[in-house]
Amino acid sequence: MSNSANEYWKANLRLVAVLLTIWFVVSYLFGIILVDTLNTIRVGGVGLGFWFAQQGSIYTFLILIFVYAKKMNALDRKYDVHEDEGE
Amino acid sequence: MDLQTLTYIIVGTTFALYIGIAIWAKASTTGEFYVAGKGVHPVANGMATAADWMSAASFISMAGLIAFNGYGASVFLMGWTGGYVLLALLLAPYLRKFGKFTVPEFIGERYYSQTARIVAVVCLILASITYVIGQMKGIGVAFSRFLETDYDTGLYIGMGIVFIYAVLGGMKGITYTQIAQYCVLIFAYTVPAVFISLNITGNPIPQLGIISSMADNGTYMMDKLNMVVAELGFNEYTTQVLGSKLNMFAYTLSLMIGTAGLPHVIIRFFTVPKVRDARASAGWALLFIAILYTTAPAVGSMARLNLMNTIQTGQVGDPAGNLEYDKAPAWFKNWEKTGLLKFEDKNGDGRIQYYNDKNKDFAAKAESYGWKGNEMVKVDRDIMVLANPEIASLPNWVIALVVAGGLAAALSTAAGLLLAISSSISHDMLKGVFVKDISEKNELLAGRIAMAGAIGLAGYFGLHPPDFAAGTVAIAFGLAASSIFPALMMGIFNKNVNRTGAVWGMIAGIGVTLLYVFQHKGIMFIPGTDFLGDMSANWFMGISPNAFGAVGAIINFTVALTVSKMTAAPPEHIQHLVEDIRVPKGAGTATDH
Repeated sequence: MSNSANEYWKANLRLVAVLLTIWFVVSYLFGIILVDTLNTIRVGGVGLGFWFAQQGSIYTFLILIFVYAKKMNALDRKYDVHEDEGE
Repeated sequence: MDLQTLTYIIVGTTFALYIGIAIWAKASTTGEFYVAGKGVHPVANGMATAADWMSAASFISMAGLIAFNGYGASVFLMGWTGGYVLLALLLAPYLRKFGKFTVPEFIGERYYSQTARIVAVVCLILASITYVIGQMKGIGVAFSRFLETDYDTGLYIGMGIVFIYAVLGGMKGITYTQIAQYCVLIFAYTVPAVFISLNITGNPIPQLGIISSMADNGTYMMDKLNMVVAELGFNEYTTQVLGSKLNMFAYTLSLMIGTAGLPHVIIRFFTVPKVRDARASAGWALLFIAILYTTAPAVGSMARLNLMNTIQTGQVGDPAGNLEYDKAPAWFKNWEKTGLLKFEDKNGDGRIQYYNDKNKDFAAKAESYGWKGNEMVKVDRDIMVLANPEIASLPNWVIALVVAGGLAAALSTAAGLLLAISSSISHDMLKGVFVKDISEKNELLAGRIAMAGAIGLAGYFGLHPPDFAAGTVAIAFGLAASSIFPALMMGIFNKNVNRTGAVWGMIAGIGVTLLYVFQHKGIMFIPGTDFLGDMSANWFMGISPNAFGAVGAIINFTVALTVSKMTAAPPEHIQHLVEDIRVPKGAGTATDH
């Protein structure tokens, strides 16, 4: 693998690692492991842990994917590995 | 106009629309049959993926499970959405770059092995057929209610319609049809939710309704629900867990990984024009899915509240506080006809007592009231969404719309899955391995025969489904999680995994999962053949069979990595292939070879 391709791949892995950490935190950590603790904080009529398990995690997942798409497209250009226009 | 006529009209109109679109866009070449032309826009593709994805499990079954399991059912909400993150970040762009038709095709090439391809086909068929069984359960429920027959008859009619529907078109027809189906199903799901949320909380947005207070007094809606269920001895809605925290963790993980391993979803990302579209497509799909998934908690909780209030009309313990059976509303009697709702007047007072008779602390109280056990002897979870608008006394057209929406959800997914099954048999098995010189016409014919066979098999198992629709589908996800996803992910992210590792990894992963499921749910799901009962005391570390795919996946990864270390590394050209799929540049259109 050339140096630049190597760096592109590493940057990709770093981005994926950060996003998957958030993915884990909002669902498994907030929604399951820490749910009872977070439930002491209320969002309107429900506990925060319950809210993350049934609402908040889903909204976060959505944001994660669009952030990933945007950042990866920028990385493609930076390392000049993007697809040709009008292909 | 009476409900049944109205239901015929609305269901008939939507079906005519789908079939019309399928004929208009009829697939004429094998390429079009499997993968719609590359011209599918990411937003349109996202919408079709959402319809493909949201099945009877999401539409008909999930909110019912939420209604009765409360917080515990969060596993479905997180599990069936979080998998899209894995799909977008770990698989979709690379599989699109690879640019072939089917998942086994990728596995066969990456692991330079026909054996790997065949093992992938077998895993894929096992997962897909189990998934279709879940759909059949949902379709059976919907048809039995709508035609006012028993469940089995509803199921046979449903099988016939799925057959006509799926065998007619291919992917191209399905893509456009599925966009129409998405619109029907999301409209049908949200309209009653908005009405009910407005009735109960005064807030028309269901997502806000669940955190709002009741319209008639200042109590929060969820607090009220907790109180109502606790008064009758049920677990508190917002804190009840599904088995244990560990089981919930494994369940969620299994559904997420399974999402990213199911062929009919992955195949969608072969159809977008570019690698960067594949990344965004997963996001669009999830956006359209999230509209239903964030509404479902409101549908479930409010349906539960309405159900409890319909039966327990007054003070708990006051003899006049329970609904008289003779005054039970029409929906109650109609669902009794399907056999999915059963009432038994145990204490002979002519009134309905619905409470948790398994709760020891509450039993003494119940006895002092003169109650002789829970009289709602059967409340099939899968009827809740369909019964919900009736329980809330919404207008008939809303009820008819929900039936049409449920059928749209079940049909679109069944069709997508059947397509994945047929392409893996005709394309991967016949053309790829056994009859390489098969003509296009015969390949299509073989695909259609495979579809018909799969429908028959799934319908047969649908007569005695292993679980509620969503539970059955969860098993399918476990099978996909333990076999396909690890093989795909390692194929992209680890250059050292070789064919022996991949093959043994898949076999070990799905083998362990399948054995565990059969051990508790019966061999081939046949009742009575299970050698350990399906109860938590018999489960390994309290992990239910539905959640075991997570363990299977870990076994798959471990076996594949260990075996690969001990055997020869993949050849040079495979290393180059992996390097090549890691960069978007040079992606062609999705083509056959």
